[in-house]
Amino acid sequence: MSYLFNTPDEKREMLAKIGVESVEALFEQIPAKHRLGRDLDLPAALTELELEQHVQKLAARNGGRSSRTCFLGGGVYDHFIPAAVDAIASRSEFYTAYTPYQAEASQGSLQAFFEFQTLICQLTGMDVSNASLYEGGTAVSEAVFMAMRITKRHDRVVVLGSLHPEYQQIAETYLSQIGCELAVVPTPDGVADPAVVAEAIDETTACLVIQTPNFYGCLEQVEALTKIAHNHGALAIVSFDPISLGVLKTPAECGADIAVAEGQSLGTPMQFGGPFLGLIACRDKFVRQMPGRLIGETVDRNGKRCFVLNLQAREQHIRREKATSNICTNQGLLALRATAYLSLVGPQGIQEVANLSCSKAHYAAKKLCEIDGLEMAFDQPFFKEFTLKCRDGADEFIARAKQSGFDVGPGLKPFGGPDDHVLVAVTECRSRQEIDDLVEAVRSGVTASCDGVAAPHIKVPTGQRV
Amino acid sequence: MRNTQATELLFDLAQPGRRAAIFPESDVDTAAASECIPAEFLAAAAPELPEVTEPDVIRHFTNLSTLNMSVDTHFYPLGSCTMKYNPKRHERLAALPGIGDLHPYQSEDQLQGMLAIQYEMQEMLAEIAGLPAVSLQPAAGAQGEFTALLVASAYFKDRGENRTKVLFPSSAHGTNPASAALAGFECVQLKDGADGFVDLVELKAHLDDKTAVFMITNPNTLGLFESKITQIADLVHEVGGLVYIDGANMNAILGVTRPGDFGGDMMHYNVHKTFTGPHGAGGPGAGPIAVREFLADYLPGPIVSRSESDTETFTMTTPAKSIGRVRSFFGNVGILMRGYFYLRTLGAKGLREASEDAVLNANYLKALLEDVLPVPHGNHCMHEFVASASDLQKERGISAMDIAKRLLDYGFHAPTVYFPLVVSDAIMIEPTETESKATLEAFAETIRKIIGEPAETLHNAPHTTPVSRPDDVRAARKPILRWRSEK
Repeated sequence: MSYLFNTPDEKREMLAKIGVESVEALFEQIPAKHRLGRDLDLPAALTELELEQHVQKLAARNGGRSSRTCFLGGGVYDHFIPAAVDAIASRSEFYTAYTPYQAEASQGSLQAFFEFQTLICQLTGMDVSNASLYEGGTAVSEAVFMAMRITKRHDRVVVLGSLHPEYQQIAETYLSQIGCELAVVPTPDGVADPAVVAEAIDETTACLVIQTPNFYGCLEQVEALTKIAHNHGALAIVSFDPISLGVLKTPAECGADIAVAEGQSLGTPMQFGGPFLGLIACRDKFVRQMPGRLIGETVDRNGKRCFVLNLQAREQHIRREKATSNICTNQGLLALRATAYLSLVGPQGIQEVANLSCSKAHYAAKKLCEIDGLEMAFDQPFFKEFTLKCRDGADEFIARAKQSGFDVGPGLKPFGGPDDHVLVAVTECRSRQEIDDLVEAVRSGVTASCDGVAAPHIKVPTGQRV
Repeated sequence: MRNTQATELLFDLAQPGRRAAIFPESDVDTAAASECIPAEFLAAAAPELPEVTEPDVIRHFTNLSTLNMSVDTHFYPLGSCTMKYNPKRHERLAALPGIGDLHPYQSEDQLQGMLAIQYEMQEMLAEIAGLPAVSLQPAAGAQGEFTALLVASAYFKDRGENRTKVLFPSSAHGTNPASAALAGFECVQLKDGADGFVDLVELKAHLDDKTAVFMITNPNTLGLFESKITQIADLVHEVGGLVYIDGANMNAILGVTRPGDFGGDMMHYNVHKTFTGPHGAGGPGAGPIAVREFLADYLPGPIVSRSESDTETFTMTTPAKSIGRVRSFFGNVGILMRGYFYLRTLGAKGLREASEDAVLNANYLKALLEDVLPVPHGNHCMHEFVASASDLQKERGISAMDIAKRLLDYGFHAPTVYFPLVVSDAIMIEPTETESKATLEAFAETIRKIIGEPAETLHNAPHTTPVSRPDDVRAARKPILRWRSEK
């Protein structure tokens, strides 16, 4: 394949105009000893048809949500994506445009991102959102750096142990070179104990990082926790699930100073973990410490409303080593998808998605816990995801489900958790039938391995009925 | 023909009571979160999102899209950005079942096809770089820089060396110093030589046993190959430092020369530039890095490796002394996929031809323009060149910005202006290989025409775009960063 235009005749004319004999002459500025002098050792070129056949063959070695039933969670969820989201994101005027530095030729993207910022504010209750970060993990680290600049405290950051372990690992990496202590508050009960958190935070702490629903699916006592942070002059960073805000209190209402999230649930396919959408929103007074691009409204020379990249003096291309972040490329196209998604679902739709996911997850938890050998790992309220404790081990549970076409997990062992804990996530996409089938699949496995049917051990989380 | 009503703000189009997406009734015991979760956690009302219909949404965004210039609609000679054609087959293949629908926590045996692709991608990127160890994890070029600098830091720490400085020329992309600062280094900016190249005397003066890394874009931001790159690399290596190649300009040298062959120890790719990931109006990108063997143990995990006993089996591993994670899951896989499809369809010869035509096109356009827009540095350029409007500025008060803005009226996207700073009134032009001779000629003709126009016409340009020049000062003075209800 090739996407080239120049015919041999045209090349000759072009070289004549340039005044050289050959294209090779143009490369003479590269010292001869550094020129490769051979072809790169790459696989042979494929035509479009061959490529498609090749990729189809490789795709067939994978099992995705199209061929299997997905109860997987851990920060990435199989939520429904309306067709209109794909239709909008497939407009190549959007997806083949560059960063909107030339405002006059980029009003489409700029306005869409201004709408995105507004929608994220409406969803979170926060005052201001940027135009996206890489994903939910780095968004936490960016928020931590932001808090350090705002509080001028650079020595200590406190995170809850229930924060997504990969987000914790990223924060460790990001903080590794600047001598800042990353203190992790253990959460053995599935959520943080405010009294323990209060012990961990002191007057040198820049921020407290809370995730809710947390990695285990449990809801944290966010209001109590943000108060503790504020009592010590620290900022409260809340990592949220955007879908949960269809029914749960907003980060703003719970006292967050900076709210961050993985925005994948808002219309982005799972695509093996990326590209995703990092969300960050904050209170007005912190806007000049915000990382990444911000779109602002202004007027053109004729007084007409228009949109521009705003407050660019925070960014690397102006401020260089003093920038609020090194981020340049963001996740524009995924921000557009989220804008389309939130427009399509609206206030009622997102409430429906949240209610359905929550109800179905609770149904699945109840049904699974009716099986002897399975129980809730934590006695805490949860939203759409929960941690099961499996008598026969998480791997065994995952394997039984997998055999019947159901994907559950991840197990917590790879993250340093107990080997009998596993996550199960349920979205609006899962039907009662699929849940019942999953339950049957793991039940028959359990009974087979338990040598007879034991009396169902039912442990339903408390505090669920109000 | 413009539908201005449909491009009102989404929030002004909304009417309470309108719906688009509607979800099914609950088929389980409960229908509402309020039956499952204690009241103290619940919001009093739904979020205040706009209420619109699906036709509203489609017409709104479709009309908005027409207010953009894009690679699919216009010539986009934006220097340092490599705005080449984005093949459509990539979009379809990246969305295939078994590719686009994979959850990152599926078990490895359900991912063998995906891991095979990633493994092959690592191998291809290593070969193109001439550097054997690759991490696909970084989400964009800037994160690639940051990651590589952490790798360098870990390497030096392991050797018991305390190196604190990162050096870069003043023509470096802003991300270089920003990434170095984030990685905890002291940033040292070198003055460029008068010829736009690295000044060896200046470099020597700053190199010492505190030097960790010298970051350099090669070809540089003037579109010139640093011909003294060997001496530069030797000098850096002599003091025990490492050479980082910012791969933003890789499109000029694919299969011609390799960063690993001209002294680079580490580099990043911008898959969204060189290997056709669509820019998406700002992202997503992907910024995989390649490093020398002695740095491989420090790369972030996971890395895909192939089983020695069964070449069809792949596993994910984390290197022994890994710096840790820089991103959740496995990087911007969807963009890496597009890069993979591109490399597989071009092959070695196709890649080299792409670079050759990119360089040919740039030199042809330079030749067409040089008499009206002088190019102060270099004889022949690589894939881009930097012209200067300073004569026009002095003689007629016409700025680089004026020319850029007026080009929009004629249906050309503006080049990058005022970067790099080493050229006054810089106009940075990168045509890429996916443009025809006729397009280049039309562009050059238009520049000539523009230069002949009254200065006043240019100062007020653009005249035909959806909006004229925005008031940036007003935007910054009292930032309006979101719509608010007047209620």
